[in-house]
Amino acid sequence: MATIEDYGDITTAWCPGCGNFNIRQAVKKALVNSGLEPHQVLMVSGIGQAAKMPHYLRCNAFNGLHGRGLPAATGARLANPSLKIICESGDGCNYGEGGNHFLAALRRNIDLTLIVHDNQVYGLTKGQASPTSLEGFVTKAQPEGVWATPFNPLAVAVLHRASLVARGFSGEVEHLAGLIKEALATPGLALVDVFQPCVSFNKVNTFAWYKEHTYLLGAEHDSSDWHAALELTANPGPKFPLGVIYRGSRPGYASHFPVLEQGPLARQGVDQEALRHVMEKFL
Amino acid sequence: MASEALDILIGGEAGQGLVTIGQVLAKALVKAGYHILVTQDYLSRVRGGHNTFRIRTGPNLLVAPREGVDLLVALDQESLDLHAGALRPGAQVIADIGLTCGLAPCLNLPYADLAPARYQNTVALGAAASLLGLEMDLIARELAAFLGKKMTPEVTEKNRAALKAAYDFTATRRTGFKPLPPPVPAGPRLMINGNEALALGALAAGLKFLAFYPMTPATAIALTAIAHAKALGVVCEQAEDEIAAINMALGAAYAGAPAMVCTSGGGFALMCEGVSLAGMSENPLLIALAMRPGPATGLPTRTEQGDLELALFAGHGEFPRAIYAPGTVEDCFSLAALALAQAEKHQGPIFILTDQFLADSYRAVEPFDLGAVQPVRPGLATVADEQGYRRYALTDSGISPRALPGLSRALVVSDSDEHTEDGHLTEDLAVRVAMQDKRLRKLAGLLADRLLPSFQGPEDAELLLVGWGSTLGSLEGAAAQLSAQGRRVGVCHFSQVWPLAGEDFLERFARAGQVVMVEGNATGQLAALIRRETGYAVGRLVLRYDGLPITPEYILRQLAD
Ligand SMILES: Cc1ncc(C[n+]2csc(CCOP(=O)(O)OP(=O)(O)O)c2C)c(N)n1
Ligand code: SF4
Ligand SMILES: [Mg+2]
Repeated sequence: MATIEDYGDITTAWCPGCGNFNIRQAVKKALVNSGLEPHQVLMVSGIGQAAKMPHYLRCNAFNGLHGRGLPAATGARLANPSLKIICESGDGCNYGEGGNHFLAALRRNIDLTLIVHDNQVYGLTKGQASPTSLEGFVTKAQPEGVWATPFNPLAVAVLHRASLVARGFSGEVEHLAGLIKEALATPGLALVDVFQPCVSFNKVNTFAWYKEHTYLLGAEHDSSDWHAALELTANPGPKFPLGVIYRGSRPGYASHFPVLEQGPLARQGVDQEALRHVMEKFL
Repeated sequence: MASEALDILIGGEAGQGLVTIGQVLAKALVKAGYHILVTQDYLSRVRGGHNTFRIRTGPNLLVAPREGVDLLVALDQESLDLHAGALRPGAQVIADIGLTCGLAPCLNLPYADLAPARYQNTVALGAAASLLGLEMDLIARELAAFLGKKMTPEVTEKNRAALKAAYDFTATRRTGFKPLPPPVPAGPRLMINGNEALALGALAAGLKFLAFYPMTPATAIALTAIAHAKALGVVCEQAEDEIAAINMALGAAYAGAPAMVCTSGGGFALMCEGVSLAGMSENPLLIALAMRPGPATGLPTRTEQGDLELALFAGHGEFPRAIYAPGTVEDCFSLAALALAQAEKHQGPIFILTDQFLADSYRAVEPFDLGAVQPVRPGLATVADEQGYRRYALTDSGISPRALPGLSRALVVSDSDEHTEDGHLTEDLAVRVAMQDKRLRKLAGLLADRLLPSFQGPEDAELLLVGWGSTLGSLEGAAAQLSAQGRRVGVCHFSQVWPLAGEDFLERFARAGQVVMVEGNATGQLAALIRRETGYAVGRLVLRYDGLPITPEYILRQLAD
């Protein structure tokens, strides 16, 4: 059995007090509680502060391009079904630069755990608005405040009936670890959007702000009820629910590829008989 | 020998079924034992507009398209008006009685009497088959096989009736048209085009993952792989865009699946950041780039060799790559297989550059020697030191042993940031230099593995025609015609355009009286590359960028100018 220590204790370049530390702790706990060993796990990410996560855990890692974590994770998922894949990046990466991939991942319901560090700002590039920044959020790039309406990832995910739609908060580590553990066990796409204070560049959505503007979802919410989940997410705020918002039942995308039942593509070789048949179709 | 081959041109509007006739006729010719070389010229629309399907056919191997016409199958008046001028002596036109043939020798068929209007193309097919001397049974079988997939038995039967009516009617007419000479006895051949052969080559070499976003003229590469994906255990995915396609392929390649993408100019432009990622993360990737004229959307369905420089310089930063440029349909097969293997060996982006002409050009091809293709074996079979494994270990060759994630206890870390040997991001500038040097060392390996340019003709040719990629046959055709006039003409063809080594060709260039570079673009991109690499300035350029393939006649006309 793997332990927390197996996932390493790696020094980071994050600012002291950044919500990312707690998210990392929750990920480690979820992995250990899921009985996963580092070599069974693949972390895929894009670029940003959040996207450095694969470097701060001991496991397999593919740290790709800004916005392109999801397609890379999709490719890896469809090449090796035995890897447990977490795609982890920021709100800018997943909802901005990679927005088209987010929509496509939801439509496919690709079997991945997608953890989005939602700090409502671009951290790495020092504080420009992100797709989830609130209206009026003032930055050097948006000196008069953000005019666009914030992207609503949870409602969009519910709308597409992703397998799991959840929201966590870096201030609630145990709760978040529970969400990630459930996500890891879910076939299909499991989205865990995590509120994460960026202490350096988001002076609006602070730890205290998130404390004040979130509440834990109670047992009265039926996560299998699509209408209820839509209702819950369609008009966000002033308080945001934390927990599992929706559990869908669409098949995971990988189940459409029978070849994956035979394990990793890397070890499947070429069926010479089948190949000859294919060539003979051109005769 | 030239007189033994015929050029058949089928012209009409999109939607008139001209590709159906073209493909069935081509297939019947191949089945009968003839060689073919198809050139498709179509407009970027699904209905209307003037399109042609040109089949050059004869008993002997055909290497290049030609411009004249021996048998014009005109499905509309425009086809007559546009192509009557290209008719050779002894040529024949097949047209409905309602069309005006003018002075052209015309077999006017009463289409309406022979079959209902919707079978008009089948009537034309029957007439053409009859004139060419193909057997009725053969053409009927090929038509049924073609329609069988998509039509009801009833419709197939009606087509057969139309075919027979036209075939018999034509047989009773006297024309001056000389049917094809008998074929040279040989074993069965494949009828296959460049796109299909490229896909088949990659599949034979062990392709396991393909991602694409539809774009003419590359789409059929993906469609070929998809058609056989289940049988061969390949994962194919239509991505949400080209950026997704290349990043998916890289994720799959990292996980160990031999992977490729296929696209054309604009789509490839979107992939460029991913090409750079392949270079930095050192993941194997085959990129098939089927060129069409640009800039921007350009001429979507026409041909050009305009993206050599794009492929050569695509992606920010500096990293090694190789670029293949098949000259024939057979090359599409063998170079795709080679490129997939080279991608695995050198762990980075490897290109295969084709163009619309070759992509869509059907040929009669000897069955491929599948046994000769060694399938790619991705990654390390076993990892000696799992605990100490470092994905980017510094080596003399620059190639680091590649473990695959999840297939051992070794942790495999692949990174787009500058990284340490174990794959983690670093800003240590000495490490940066060591890593950049390591990656660039791989160029020496790619250079050592390069394919040499091929030379034909006398060593001391007075004229050396040089080209790359799909123009090979036309270079040969032009050289043959000039040689027949008593001139000493040679051909030099590059089926790999990067990396280049001057020692492979400069001496021969120096011995030739005149070196002429023939390229399907407006600026002479290979000529410029050779000059950049070797300082050698090609004396004369023959360029074509009107969207049509380079023909021997085109080269001769330009030389005569
Ligand atoms: C193609 C490309 N465009 C822009 C950038 C610059 N860039 C790096 S990270 C980032 C935004 C990061 O924001 P987010 O994804 O929210 O991550 P955070 O740093 O907030 O965790 C940007 C714009 C880049 N690396 N690549
Ligand atoms: S900039 Fe913000 S998100 Fe980035 S490490 Fe610092 S606090 Fe965290
Ligand atoms: Mg952010």
